[in-house]
Amino acid sequence: MTASATPAIAPPETVLATDDLSAYYGTHQAVGNVSIAFRRQAITALIGPSGCGKTTLLRCLNRIHELAFDACVSGRVLFDNADIYEWGTDPMAIRRRIGMVFQRPNPFPTLSILDNAVAAGGRRLNRRAKLEVAERALRAAALWDEVKDKLSRSPLQLSGGQQQRLCIARAVAAEPDVLLMDEPTASLDPIATAVIEELMASLANQFTLVAVTHNMQQAARVSDVAAFMLADESRTGRLIEVDDTAKLFTKPSDRRTEDYITGRFG
Amino acid sequence: MIGTARLRRRRVSASAGAALTLLCALLAAGALLVILGYVVVQGIGAVNWAFLTQLPRPVGMTGGGVGNGILGTIIIIAIAAAMAIPLGLLTGIYLALFGRGTIPEALRFLSDVLSGVPSIAIGLFAYTVLVAPLKHFSAFSASFAFMMLMLPLLVRTSEQAIRSVPQTVREGALALGMSNFRATMRVVLPTARPAIITALLLAIARVTGETAPLLFTAFGSQFWETNPGRPMAVLALQVFNYAISPYANWQAQAWGGALLLIVAVLILSLGARYMLSQASRRLES
Repeated sequence: MTASATPAIAPPETVLATDDLSAYYGTHQAVGNVSIAFRRQAITALIGPSGCGKTTLLRCLNRIHELAFDACVSGRVLFDNADIYEWGTDPMAIRRRIGMVFQRPNPFPTLSILDNAVAAGGRRLNRRAKLEVAERALRAAALWDEVKDKLSRSPLQLSGGQQQRLCIARAVAAEPDVLLMDEPTASLDPIATAVIEELMASLANQFTLVAVTHNMQQAARVSDVAAFMLADESRTGRLIEVDDTAKLFTKPSDRRTEDYITGRFG
Repeated sequence: MIGTARLRRRRVSASAGAALTLLCALLAAGALLVILGYVVVQGIGAVNWAFLTQLPRPVGMTGGGVGNGILGTIIIIAIAAAMAIPLGLLTGIYLALFGRGTIPEALRFLSDVLSGVPSIAIGLFAYTVLVAPLKHFSAFSASFAFMMLMLPLLVRTSEQAIRSVPQTVREGALALGMSNFRATMRVVLPTARPAIITALLLAIARVTGETAPLLFTAFGSQFWETNPGRPMAVLALQVFNYAISPYANWQAQAWGGALLLIVAVLILSLGARYMLSQASRRLES
């Protein structure tokens, strides 16, 4: 419904890829030796049962993982063919180009809706420029019509789904190349979920999306590519299979993928 | 099955326990109410406009007030807060953000020790470093002592306030490419602000009634003193001096001063409660 519906302007190409990436919390290896390429302007869904390391993998992609006290990473994450973990790379610069939307809506509680939308760069903008940036981002997040008359209000007055779209607008306003989404609808009701899913499809025209979901119907509905992960005996998350979503859900090549998507476990 | 006799015994012991705890709660609250009531009854007669605005009068003359003591209390606490807030807040930020390892643990321990040091010892310390070398008492030395009393409370509570801001809010800011410092200043601190203001109000309430460290720092004054480099009148000190005097007129004024102090602490505590309710509302989201 997304990339397949729009004519391919550029051939599928890779914008972000991991190379033998492993992630640790202390001595526990949460993600093991994952190599995966994310296609430009497509939605890649990371699926798998709880504890399979999909969220940790996602958090390695914008260097948020390393904020945890005892976290570390080995291997490479290639963004525009440069390793974001290379010594001397500024994580702040990386995070500006690889945005993130979290599992629970996390608007900044003390900033207005407007200031939330422009939080990534609001410091240098005058009021007029702020409004322009905010309108563009809020329109991109399909929220403008609902909030245009209350931009100075608190984001906490919005519904959960609106808050999540505000967080998407906040990430979009930074004009990233990649948007990482960690179960963006996990805390939302079905109607708000449908709105976000539609939004993801439209965002994929502009951004490369990587979304974690444990909802297989959602992965099947919105993603172009799906990656299945599974934890091994030592609770280390392994990448089992990556393929076009249609293929992965109809003709998986790995037995474990088939077991999972047919609901035999997880 | 449990026999009816045993069941009844359990019911009796349960209600006896409930009654005992209620009795203790009433005793504790009752004692507080008696103290409050007694101070109001004794002090209300002394409180009037002149009492709040005039200078003390010498023995033998009636009337006069504690206006200079009220002003001095405000000046000394304001200077103490101006020193304690940045120091305490920044230390709290440091502990909340980089709180692991030997140095932060040592800081926490020292802060806890400092909060347990008797206020008279802190007053003696202020005397040793700020009064004795300069050879005269000063309001600033009292502010210094008050700062030492407020500091541990501010450090620990601001650390707690910053820690209580959900990690997801902080991560949201960092994920936008904000620096750690900017994320703290723009997002985390404002979210924690009501809790930090609560801590500040409680710290002020804590020192408002302190008398011991003032004895050999601020010392007291009979005049409208506003220069923090000189001895200054302080309300708590005036209460102390009047209360131990043999003159009925002064003793009445001591009760009036005590009433003022209690009212001030009450207002600060109510303010703190209000800010705390704001804080929990903000964090519920």
